[in-house]
Amino acid sequence: MTTMTPLQTLLAILIMALVTLATRALPFILFPAGRPTPRYVVYLGKVLPFAITAMLVVYCLKDVRLTAAPFGLPELIALVVVAGLFLWRKNSLLAIAAGTVLYMVLVQAVFI
Amino acid sequence: MQSKLRAARAAFPHTVPVLTGYVFMGMAFGMLLASKGYGAGWAFLMALLIYAGSGQFLAAGLMAAGFDPLTMALMTLAVNARHVFYGISMLERFKQFGRAKYYMIFALTDETFALLCSARPPEGMAEKPFYLAISIMDQCYWIIGCTLGGLLGSALPINTQGIDFVMTALFVVILLEQWREKANRTPALIGLFASLACRVVFGPQWFILAAMAVLVVVFTLTRRPLEKQRKEGAA
Repeated sequence: MTTMTPLQTLLAILIMALVTLATRALPFILFPAGRPTPRYVVYLGKVLPFAITAMLVVYCLKDVRLTAAPFGLPELIALVVVAGLFLWRKNSLLAIAAGTVLYMVLVQAVFI
Repeated sequence: MQSKLRAARAAFPHTVPVLTGYVFMGMAFGMLLASKGYGAGWAFLMALLIYAGSGQFLAAGLMAAGFDPLTMALMTLAVNARHVFYGISMLERFKQFGRAKYYMIFALTDETFALLCSARPPEGMAEKPFYLAISIMDQCYWIIGCTLGGLLGSALPINTQGIDFVMTALFVVILLEQWREKANRTPALIGLFASLACRVVFGPQWFILAAMAVLVVVFTLTRRPLEKQRKEGAA
């Protein structure tokens, strides 16, 4: 059922591991003696993470089709529940678990 | 050895919230990965070598789409770029860590970073064994969660269709958490609209790359007002 051979899977994991490590190690390579970080970099570091979170939400929903049934309804309902539960109970894990289970029920049993 | 054990005992209570979160999210990841046909062994390996929550969720989707090293590298870069700024705040701290520094850098996840910022060793205990214990324990929780999820996902006869939504829910919750801070709202909205526009214009395949470029340009152009806003927000 997998789409990659074991060797390709291993390579893919190594690539993603190396890139992840690079993002964590970069400051230690660039600013070894504790040289001051350029202000432009500091600024980007402050604003980009929030924009990227929003971008990742859009990424997760990139294949939703609004023009054909079910018109993105399961996603919309589950998103409202996730946001509502999180804002109401202030509990991330509860919101994520409940929203995911609800979405699975919706796509498996309701909007077939 | 005795002092390491003492450090671990002192560090453990601080890591309990991460224990809950990592075991739960790790299990969700393991089950998601199993739904793509990759069993517990792969989940274990990814938790050991990649060790990044959001990054691994994205990776599961990418691994289901086939071998595409460039997209994998770029998406991993996009989702983990924020780690660069954790490193910047830990430059000084890790200086006295000797060889353990390399593991501390590798293991610098969101949650571990947060703990390293907030937890303090008890009176008379050195920083290094205490913080190292936090980092090691956190990764152990993640490995246990991912592997357990992989085992369950392969063993239980459950229909996992739709389990991908766990990733959407995760990012939405992170977004809402960031939204509480007023100064974060403009950057988040810029990110949202730029990504939506790029999705419409460039299609699902290419919009991430376009959106990243657009974001850097937009933030460079709006630096003055945004920095002013952040300063006012902090005051």
